[in-house]
Amino acid sequence: MTRRRVVVTGIGTVNPLANSVPDTWRDLLAGKSGIAPLTLFDVSKYKVRFGGEVKNFKPEPIIDHKSVRRMDRFTQFALYASHEAVTDSGIDFAKYDPFRLGCIIGSGVGGLAEFEDGHGTLLSKGPDRMSPFVIPKMIPNAASGNISIRYGLRGPNTTVSTACSSAAHAMGDSMRQIQYGFADVIVSGGAEAAITPTGLGGFIAARALSHRNDDPAHASRPFEKDRDGFVLSEGAGILVLEEYEHAKKRGAKVYCELLGCGNTADAYHITAPHEDGIGAAEAMRAACREAGWNLNEVQYLNAHGTSTGLGDVAETKAMKQVFGDHAKKLMVSSTKSMIGHLLGASGGVEAVACALMMKHGVIHPTINHTTPDPECDLDYVPNTPREARVTKVLSNSFGFGGHNCSLALGTV
Amino acid sequence: MSDEQIRQKVIDIVCEHLAVNKDQVTDKTSFIEDIGADSLDIVELVMELEEEFDIQIPDDQAEKIKTVGEAVEHIKVAVKNKDKDGGAKA
Repeated sequence: MTRRRVVVTGIGTVNPLANSVPDTWRDLLAGKSGIAPLTLFDVSKYKVRFGGEVKNFKPEPIIDHKSVRRMDRFTQFALYASHEAVTDSGIDFAKYDPFRLGCIIGSGVGGLAEFEDGHGTLLSKGPDRMSPFVIPKMIPNAASGNISIRYGLRGPNTTVSTACSSAAHAMGDSMRQIQYGFADVIVSGGAEAAITPTGLGGFIAARALSHRNDDPAHASRPFEKDRDGFVLSEGAGILVLEEYEHAKKRGAKVYCELLGCGNTADAYHITAPHEDGIGAAEAMRAACREAGWNLNEVQYLNAHGTSTGLGDVAETKAMKQVFGDHAKKLMVSSTKSMIGHLLGASGGVEAVACALMMKHGVIHPTINHTTPDPECDLDYVPNTPREARVTKVLSNSFGFGGHNCSLALGTV
Repeated sequence: MSDEQIRQKVIDIVCEHLAVNKDQVTDKTSFIEDIGADSLDIVELVMELEEEFDIQIPDDQAEKIKTVGEAVEHIKVAVKNKDKDGGAKA
C-alpha cells in the first residue's frame, strides 16, 4: 500500500520572542533572546526567577471574551496560534466533510494554573465554592477540544502527553492519521503554560533549570561549556497538516512535507537521558528510514538542545552514533537557545522554525555559544544565521519519562 | 443595599460573566434563551452571585432561576433574610 503524503500548509505560534510567525522569524534570525525576569506571579522566594513568558498576550478578539474566561492560558495559546495557522493555510473548513478534519495537540501538563486556582479555592473556601470550569479548563485535552469546536473538526481528535516531546509526537500521530486515510487535514502541534508556582517550583526541585538569575538572556546556552540547565518557557506552535493531493487541489501553498516520525523510549530513567543516547539515536534512524533517506543526506538537525549538562552531551553522542563521519558536516541548531524550553509545545514551535528555514533558505543560529564544550563538538551554527538551502531536516524532541521523537521534514 | 442597587449589581455580574452589553439586559432577559448561557455558565453565575451578596442559593432554587428578574427577586429576599439573621445574632 502506498502511503499518502502529508504536507504543512499553515503555521502559527506564540512564544517568548513574539506572538506571530513573521515576528518570530525576524527575531530568530536576529539571534534575539526571549528570556527575561518572570512577571506572571511573585517569584521572590524561588531560586530561579526568570524564564520565557509570552509577552503582551491579548487573546481577544481572536478568542471572544466569554470563551477566554473558560480556557486556561495554555488553551488560549493553542487557539491563538491555531487562528494564525488556519488563516495562513487559507483553508475553508466548511467546504469539507467535517469527519475528515481532525485535531491532535500535545501538552505536557495542561491547565496547571487552573488546577492551582481550583485547589486554592478548595482549601480556602471549601468544595462548594469550586468553579464548574476547573475540570474543563485544566484537562490537557482542553486545547484539542476547543480547537475542534471552533473550527467544526469532527474527525480524529486526541491529545498526546509525553512531557517535552508532546508536540512532536502529536504531529507524528497526525501524520499517520493522514497517511493511512483516516483524515485529510489535521490541526496539530503543542501548547503549554506551565510557568506557575507549581510548575516553576517543581522544575527547580528536579534540578532541571538554569540559575543564571543575573543574566537571563544568556541562560539558555545549549551545547555550550557554561550551560547550567534549561529555561522554563511557555507558548504554542501549531501547524496545519494536510494530505498532499488535498492541498494541491485547493491550490494551497506548501511549506514542507512531513515524511517520518521516529518514536522510541529510553526505558532507563524517569528524568535523565540514557548516557549514550541510544533511544534518541534510534528515533533519528527510524525517522530517516520512514522518510526513505540515506543518513548522510540529512543536512540540518533542529536539536532538542535544552542546555542541560547531561542532555546536550547525550544528544551529541546520539547524533555521532547515527551519522558517523557525516555528523561533522551536519548543521545543528537549537531554537531553545532563543525561546527557552516550551516543554510540550517546544516541538511545535521548532517544526514551525524548520518550515521557515526550508522556505527561506536560512538556518537560524544557536545563540549564547561562547565557549565550546569538548564533549559537544558538532557544528551548532553558533551565534549567526547561515544561508543554506536545506531539503532534508530532522527535528528532535525528548521528554521526561524517556520519550524520544524525531520528525523528518523535507521540501516537496 | 437598595433593591435598585441589587438589580444593577446583578446586571453587572451577568454582563461580565456572559459577555453581553448592559443595554441588552432587562428583567425579562432569559439566561439560556436570550444570552445563550449553558448549564456550566449558570452554575458559575449563581456562585458569583452568592459570593457577591454573601448568600446561599440552594441548588433546587437555583435551577428555577431562568431570567435576570427572577435572579434579582431571589437575591432581594435572600439579602433581607440574611440581614434579619445577622441582626438577630448581633
